[in-house]
Amino acid sequence: MKFTKSINSQSKAFNREKTVEWALKLKGVAYEYLEEDLRNKSPMLLQSNPVHKKVPVLVHDGRPIAESLVILEYIDEAWKGYPLLPEDPSERAKIRFWARFTDEKCVLGAWAACCAKGHEREKAIESAQESLSFLEKQIEGKKFFGGETMGLLDLVVGSLPNWIEFLEEHGGMKLLDEEKFPSLYEWAQKFINIPIISERIPTKEGLINYFQGGQNSRLTTGK
Amino acid sequence: MADEIILLDFWPSMFGMKVRIALAEKGLKYEYRDEDLFNKGPLLLEMNPIHKKIPVLIHNGKPICESQIIVQYIDEVWKDKSPLLPSDPYHRAQARFWADYIDKKLHLLGQRLWRTKGEEQEANKEYIECLKLLEGELGDKPYFGGENFGFVDVNLMPYFSWLYVFEIAANFSIEAECPKLITWAKRCMEKESVSTSLPDRQKLYDFFLQLKKWHGIE
Repeated sequence: MKFTKSINSQSKAFNREKTVEWALKLKGVAYEYLEEDLRNKSPMLLQSNPVHKKVPVLVHDGRPIAESLVILEYIDEAWKGYPLLPEDPSERAKIRFWARFTDEKCVLGAWAACCAKGHEREKAIESAQESLSFLEKQIEGKKFFGGETMGLLDLVVGSLPNWIEFLEEHGGMKLLDEEKFPSLYEWAQKFINIPIISERIPTKEGLINYFQGGQNSRLTTGK
Repeated sequence: MADEIILLDFWPSMFGMKVRIALAEKGLKYEYRDEDLFNKGPLLLEMNPIHKKIPVLIHNGKPICESQIIVQYIDEVWKDKSPLLPSDPYHRAQARFWADYIDKKLHLLGQRLWRTKGEEQEANKEYIECLKLLEGELGDKPYFGGENFGFVDVNLMPYFSWLYVFEIAANFSIEAECPKLITWAKRCMEKESVSTSLPDRQKLYDFFLQLKKWHGIE
């Protein structure tokens, strides 16, 4: 029997870490969840991801795989059963494009909107909402981003609602506006109530820790 | 029906070069169109409305954007010739990981080499460290893909065409620091798919001088 470990962290519980767990659950893969204290990284983490020293890391039969989107594709290829990606290459390319877009524009855009000050704030909120409007167009008229069933993109975008909700509270602003993004909002409500998903949701404490940790690293790198 | 393939590109772009190499590896005929990035054409804006960037591959009218995504697409559609990704899921994951590292880390550090004033020594050092890490990953293999030229090789080679420019601009050399990578790069350049896809060094350097002017850097 294959033994799979998923190294995640509740103290730096970035939403996307749940993305890996959701994928494993959809595939029916048994795994062990190991929590990392990112202020005190374990030898196992440093050994498994020496390049970035970050979570999540999936360790399968002793071999580590790092980087969230890389892990998701690995999970889809290593275990048959529930397909996370479609068969058609151009459809796969589209999913990959939007997964990256979510990762790079939406997640960071929301963060920037929360932290911006003064007149920069309006611009940042506008930019974050523009990114969300692209996702809105993608989900319009569909049950899931994957079509009739959930797919890789649902799992990736699924990391947004909790993250945005946290940032909205922290930053005192509204991003995922039900009126502006009705389809995205509706999909988000449906998604986080799916049993497999709701079983593993990041905690508020985890999000706070991640946010603070991220703020510190942003300050030191001057970005 | 013959495939219609159009590549919207910009000749000095490292990202565009990756796609050119992949298309050449598969022996594909395509129409190359150089975009004026200061005056983007309607086709580019239509095919990549989100980012408005090159490269964009248009295959039988359907656009594919983002260089890594395009290379994977090419590998999946024309899977019978010169496979770029290995067949084993773990090795595929490793290839994707390193391609991602190159795109994000190496690219960023490369930009720092000529854009940051006053931190040149540190920028040089970080860049070389990054290359050394990649050299470690190469090990004694002829290519990152093992015996055959593969996905990581496609992703890294374009940076070597710019390395010549960086070495002059930032006044450093990787010859002593990364000898295996130099050998690897020479081996790759012997492949027609690579040598015909990368621009002439001098032309690239002249372009770089222009680029610095546009950015207001001496």
